[in-house]
Amino acid sequence: MIAADPTFIAPSIDWSALTPLLVLLGGGLVLLVGAALTPPWPKRAYAWSTVAIGIAALVMTFIEWHRISRSGPKFLIGGALSFDAFSMFATITICVGVILTSLITEDYLRREGMDGPEVYGLYLMAAIGGVVMAMANDFIVLFLGLETLSIALYVLAASHRKRIESQESGLKYFVLGGFSSAFFLYGIALIYGGTGSTNFTKIIASFDSVAAHRKDALILVGIGLLLVGLGFKVSAAPFHFWSPDVYEGAPTPVTAFLASVGKAAAFAAMLRVLVVALPNWKDDWQPVIWTIAVVSLAVGAISAVVQTNVKRMLAYSSINHAGFILLGVEAAGHAGGSTGRGMPAAMLYLLLYSVLTIGSFGVVTLVSRTGDGATDLNSFRGLARQKPAIALAFTVFLLAQAGVPLTSGFIAKFGVVQAGVEQRSYALAIIAMVTAVVSAFLYLRIMVSVWLEDPAAGDTGREPVTVPFSAAVAITLCVGFTLLVGFFPGWLIDASDKVVQIAGR
Amino acid sequence: MFAQITPTPTWYLLLAAVLFATGAVGVLVRRNPLVMFMCIELMLNAVNLSFVAMAKALGDIGGQTTVFFVLVVAAAEVVVGLGIIVSILRKRPNANADDLAELKG
Repeated sequence: MIAADPTFIAPSIDWSALTPLLVLLGGGLVLLVGAALTPPWPKRAYAWSTVAIGIAALVMTFIEWHRISRSGPKFLIGGALSFDAFSMFATITICVGVILTSLITEDYLRREGMDGPEVYGLYLMAAIGGVVMAMANDFIVLFLGLETLSIALYVLAASHRKRIESQESGLKYFVLGGFSSAFFLYGIALIYGGTGSTNFTKIIASFDSVAAHRKDALILVGIGLLLVGLGFKVSAAPFHFWSPDVYEGAPTPVTAFLASVGKAAAFAAMLRVLVVALPNWKDDWQPVIWTIAVVSLAVGAISAVVQTNVKRMLAYSSINHAGFILLGVEAAGHAGGSTGRGMPAAMLYLLLYSVLTIGSFGVVTLVSRTGDGATDLNSFRGLARQKPAIALAFTVFLLAQAGVPLTSGFIAKFGVVQAGVEQRSYALAIIAMVTAVVSAFLYLRIMVSVWLEDPAAGDTGREPVTVPFSAAVAITLCVGFTLLVGFFPGWLIDASDKVVQIAGR
Repeated sequence: MFAQITPTPTWYLLLAAVLFATGAVGVLVRRNPLVMFMCIELMLNAVNLSFVAMAKALGDIGGQTTVFFVLVVAAAEVVVGLGIIVSILRKRPNANADDLAELKG
C-alpha cells in the first residue's frame, strides 16, 4: 500500500523567484519583532516602514515579472507553487493594496488611540497569504494561503477594541469564514479522493484516466463544495450575507483592505482552481458561476439602493463588482483559460477595483471621524462645502465605480463585458449592464449628499473632517491612477494580457 | 457473523459525511459562539477523517500528511477565535449570537 521510501530527495528551490514573498515575510517579521523590542516609534514610522516593505516587494515583483517574460513561467518547490505572469500580476495588486491601505490606516490608528505595529504586521501577513493563494499549484498550498489570509483578516476585523461593532464583525467573519473554509477543505478532500492528488498538474493529468471517470460523482460534489467555499471568500451572492455586516463593523481602513487585498486574493484563487486546475470540468462549474454571477449582480445592485450607511452601500456595491468579475471568470471558462480575454479582464478588474475601493474607503475613513461611527449618509452631507478636494476625489471614485468613461472603472467593466460577449455570454453581459445602471443610482445618491445637501440639516456640532498627510497621499495616488488608466489604458491592458501565461501550459 | 465484517474506507467516508453534516447543522442552529466554534472544529476534523480514509483507499501518503497541515490551521484558528470570543464576552457577559445585532440593514 503506502510504500516506505528510505531516500528523500528535497526539491530544489529557486529562491530568487520567491523574493516578493520573502520580502513581505521578512519585512513583516522585522516590523513586529523590532517594534516589540524597541520603545514606541515616532508617528508615521510604522506605516511608512510598511509602505517601504510594500514598495520593495513591488519592485521585486516587477523584476520577476520581467524575468518571466524573458524565460517563461515555471513551477517552484516540486510543483507546489506556480511562478507565472498570473501570480505576479496578482502579487502586484496585493502589494499596491498593502501600500495604499497602510497610508490610510496611519492617521486612523492615532485618531482612535490604537497606534502600534500590529495592524501593519497583520496586513503584511495577510498579503503573504494572498500571494501564496495566487501562486498555489496545489490545493493544500492554496488552503494554507487562504487560512493565512483569513486568520489575519479575522483579527484585523476585530482590532478596534473599543467598538462593540468591530468585535461583532470579527466574530461573524470568524464563524462564517471558518464555516466556509470547512466546506472548501471538504471539497479538496473529495477531489483528492476522486483524482488521487491535490496537485493541479496531476489533477489535470488524471482526467484522461478511466479511474477518474468512475469517481465523477465524488469530484462533482467536491467542485460544488469548493464553489461554496470560494463563493464565501469572494463574497458573491448567495454567499454574501456576512460581507455587509463585516464591512460595516470592521475599522474602515481594514474594510478597504478586505475589499481590495481580500477580494483580489480570493478571486485569484478562484481563477487558479477553476481555470487552471479544473478546466476539464468546466461544463459542470460554468453554469454555477453563471448563476452566482447573475445573483451577485442583482443582489449587489438592488440591495445597495435601500441602505443608509455608506459602508454598507459600498459593501453591496462590492458584491455587484464581484458579479462583474465573475463575468470574466465565466468567460475564461468558455475559453478554457488558454485563449480569450476572460482571465486578463478579471485580473485587470481586480487591480483597478482595488485602487478604487481603497480610495473610496479612504474618504469614508476621514468622514467617519473619531470613534469611526459617522458613516451614515447624513455624515456626508455638505462635504463639498467643508472639504471640496476630498469631495471631488470621492466623486471620481464613485463615478469610476459606476463605470463612467475616462475613468479606470470604465476600462475594467468594458474588459469583462467584452470578454463575455466574445464568448457569446450575451445574456450575462446584458444583465451586467442593466445592474450597472441600477447601481449608478446608488453612487449618484451619495454624490447628491456630498454636493447638494446642506450640512446644517444633518450635522451641526459634529467635529470637522480633517485631512491628514498620509491619507492625502493615498487618496491623491488613487485619483491619479484612476484618471491615468482612464485616459491611457493601453499599457495596463497589454500588461494584463500576459496573465494567460500559466506555468505548465 | 459480525466478526466477518471488516470496515472499508467507505464506512469512514460515510462517518465523515455524517460528522461534517452534524457540524454544519450545529453552526447554523446553535447560538452560543463557543458551541458554534466547536462545531466548526468538528467539521474540520470530519474532513481530516475523510482525508485519511481517502489516503488509505488510494494507497497514497499525501492525504495523511495533509491532515497535519489542517491540524495546524485549526490550532491557529482556535487561538484567534477564542481571543475574539473572550474579548466580546468581556464587554458583554453571556452574549449569544442573537444578542450581537449591532450590525443590521
